[in-house]
Amino acid sequence: MSILIDKTSRVITQGITGKTGQFHTRTSREYANGRACYVAGVNPKKAGEDFEGIPIYASVREAKDKTGANVSVIYVPPPFAAAAIWEAVEADLDLVICITEGIPVRDLIEVRDRMRKQNRGTRLIGPNCPGLITPGELKIGIMPGHIHKKGRVGVVSRSGTLTYEAVGQLTELGIGQSSAVGIGGDPVNGLKHIDVMKLFNDDPGTDAVVMIGEIGGSDEETAAQWVKQNMKKPVVGFIAGITAPPGKRMGHAGAIISGGKGTAQEKLAVMEECGIKVTRNPAEMGRTLKSVLR
Amino acid sequence: MKIHEYQGKELFRKYGVATPRGIACFSVEEAVAAAGKLGGGVWVVKAQIHAGGRGKGGGVKVAKSLDEVREKAGQILGMQLVTHQTGPQGQKVRRLLVEEGADIRKELYVGMVVDRGTQRVCLMASSEGGMDIEEVAAKTPKKIRKVFIDPSTGLTNGEAEEISRQIGVPEPSIGQACELLQALYKCFWETDASLAEINPLIYTGEGRVLALDAKLNFDDNALFRHPEIVAMRDLDEEDPLEIEASRYDLSYISLDGEIGCMVNGAGLAMATMDTIKLFGGEPANFLDVGGGATAEKVTAAFKIMLSNTKVKAILVNIFGGIMKCDTIAEGVVAAAKEVKLSVPLVVRMKGTNEDLGKKILKDSGLPIISAGNMAEAAQNVVAAVKGRKAAAKKAKPARKVKPARKVRVATKVKVARKAGAGRKTKAVTKAKVRKKAKPAGKAKAARRAKGKKK
Repeated sequence: MSILIDKTSRVITQGITGKTGQFHTRTSREYANGRACYVAGVNPKKAGEDFEGIPIYASVREAKDKTGANVSVIYVPPPFAAAAIWEAVEADLDLVICITEGIPVRDLIEVRDRMRKQNRGTRLIGPNCPGLITPGELKIGIMPGHIHKKGRVGVVSRSGTLTYEAVGQLTELGIGQSSAVGIGGDPVNGLKHIDVMKLFNDDPGTDAVVMIGEIGGSDEETAAQWVKQNMKKPVVGFIAGITAPPGKRMGHAGAIISGGKGTAQEKLAVMEECGIKVTRNPAEMGRTLKSVLR
Repeated sequence: MKIHEYQGKELFRKYGVATPRGIACFSVEEAVAAAGKLGGGVWVVKAQIHAGGRGKGGGVKVAKSLDEVREKAGQILGMQLVTHQTGPQGQKVRRLLVEEGADIRKELYVGMVVDRGTQRVCLMASSEGGMDIEEVAAKTPKKIRKVFIDPSTGLTNGEAEEISRQIGVPEPSIGQACELLQALYKCFWETDASLAEINPLIYTGEGRVLALDAKLNFDDNALFRHPEIVAMRDLDEEDPLEIEASRYDLSYISLDGEIGCMVNGAGLAMATMDTIKLFGGEPANFLDVGGGATAEKVTAAFKIMLSNTKVKAILVNIFGGIMKCDTIAEGVVAAAKEVKLSVPLVVRMKGTNEDLGKKILKDSGLPIISAGNMAEAAQNVVAAVKGRKAAAKKAKPARKVKPARKVRVATKVKVARKAGAGRKTKAVTKAKVRKKAKPAGKAKAARRAKGKKK
């Protein structure tokens, strides 16, 4: 079992004709059931053509109608990425995963506002994220597939390579993953830790969750409070950025301590208080999870 | 991106946010001429640096005659202004703003940021202006009023009026305050600002509402659509190493420690810094090489790290996903040779083509210390720094007791360096399923594609 995606998902690549979109569509397609799952690409100027056998349509709506796709992944360049998200939302897909890094925050504020006001059912993951994977079934995004192992631990994280680090540690300990979700490092995004945590809680195929956060905002605290009240499964956590100085943006647009808020210590303290087993040593994420498995 | 106060005020005026009249100056003569041009009998001479806290540091002075303007401008221009935001070394003042004096009746506070929770722009305002607003927020949070602005309507008349009253703007000036707040929101929204702050916002004896200060930061991701704002960038205010790094698309931030680190991915980079600290070291920088590192990029990264003279050792931590370990290893070897690396180098590599990468490092003949995981890498690099210090201290018989484990590793490191061939590398390799390497893809090449416009 898994959350959000599995081998029955049917995926559209938006930006399939760009170099990035092509590369990652190719590698994702080679992973597990990718060949069956990647069914369409979108580019209005190249409609009617194909990418290595994947048909290209003029719009997401058309791609959905013709192929029955329910998920899309976006590799469109930043100036056009928000419009691409909205196109997928308007086509009523179940899930949109936006990999693109560097989208102006204002564009996301507008898209998210419209999604809320129109009560859209589409879920958004990202932007500026590695995507998500259900090991052994389907990979949507830029993560290296081979480090994953099918299993029963959920992973949710704001950062890319740090997610790989956690997954790598789990796999090395022989612990497989149900799904691993990178929610992205931007200040305004789609699913947050709490949303993914709820999905893992409801997933009978997930026994425990690794939650990885970083400095900035209060999403981890919000998720931790929810865990305290509702979570039926053990959660372990790590927060990156204990050494980050205030006021400096650490790579990710959202990774900044401002106004004395969003420090790693603060987040770790709240998580601990909410019953999450935290580690301050990122090399111990895997072993910490192992220690809570029954 | 940050800009100066005078530039912020130019933008403010363009959008209709009222400010005192003022002129930016680059010399004392210009300052005196500016005061003459502004007229009146009271002027404020303000240092223009990007850091806050200028007043307390002696960078803002009132002058009551042209002679005083000359005197104060002379004092401020060229000074090394130290504030709580500049660090102890301070920031050299190269620009001044000469402004007409204002008859301040009351100081208020107004700020705007993007709120992650509501995913809207948040207007914050307080009756407690002129002070450190973080202190107000901590001590009397009730004194900070907030409006979360609906992006489809903007700041409404009703919201602007209500918050103006809440922070104590007198009734006759409410109209002006609303106009200013709405103009500020428009300015924030249309310029893709990430932060706007007016501290203080004042009302004068005659009831005028004015922005006495202007702090504006912008969303770096949106600069492509604001060439007029990019033109305001003042490189003198930025860390030269950070500027150099941005030329290579590297994300670099100088810190105060002595261990340079190069990592792929922002989260992993922060985690690596944290691990160094956990084992008793201090990171000298944050450096994210990103998803598509080439040998050229790695060499640039090494040069940047090493131009910080505090760096006593380097830790490279790579989780090869899209980026292959052998590519990175080649880059590291080339860089180490090119810069004639003289400090200990610890490398931890994981993921795609891990074994190939480790072999390249080993065969290079360079004294590279290999580590199996992040913790080991951090311990090794901390030990290497301490080992160096100990070696340097050997001349003098200064004794310092160290934890046993660290001494042990330090010795190992020294031996490794003496052997000079990196043969002591601790390859903690666990058999992993590996796939054949794919052509190097750019993890997030989308960003670079933005100029191309497809």
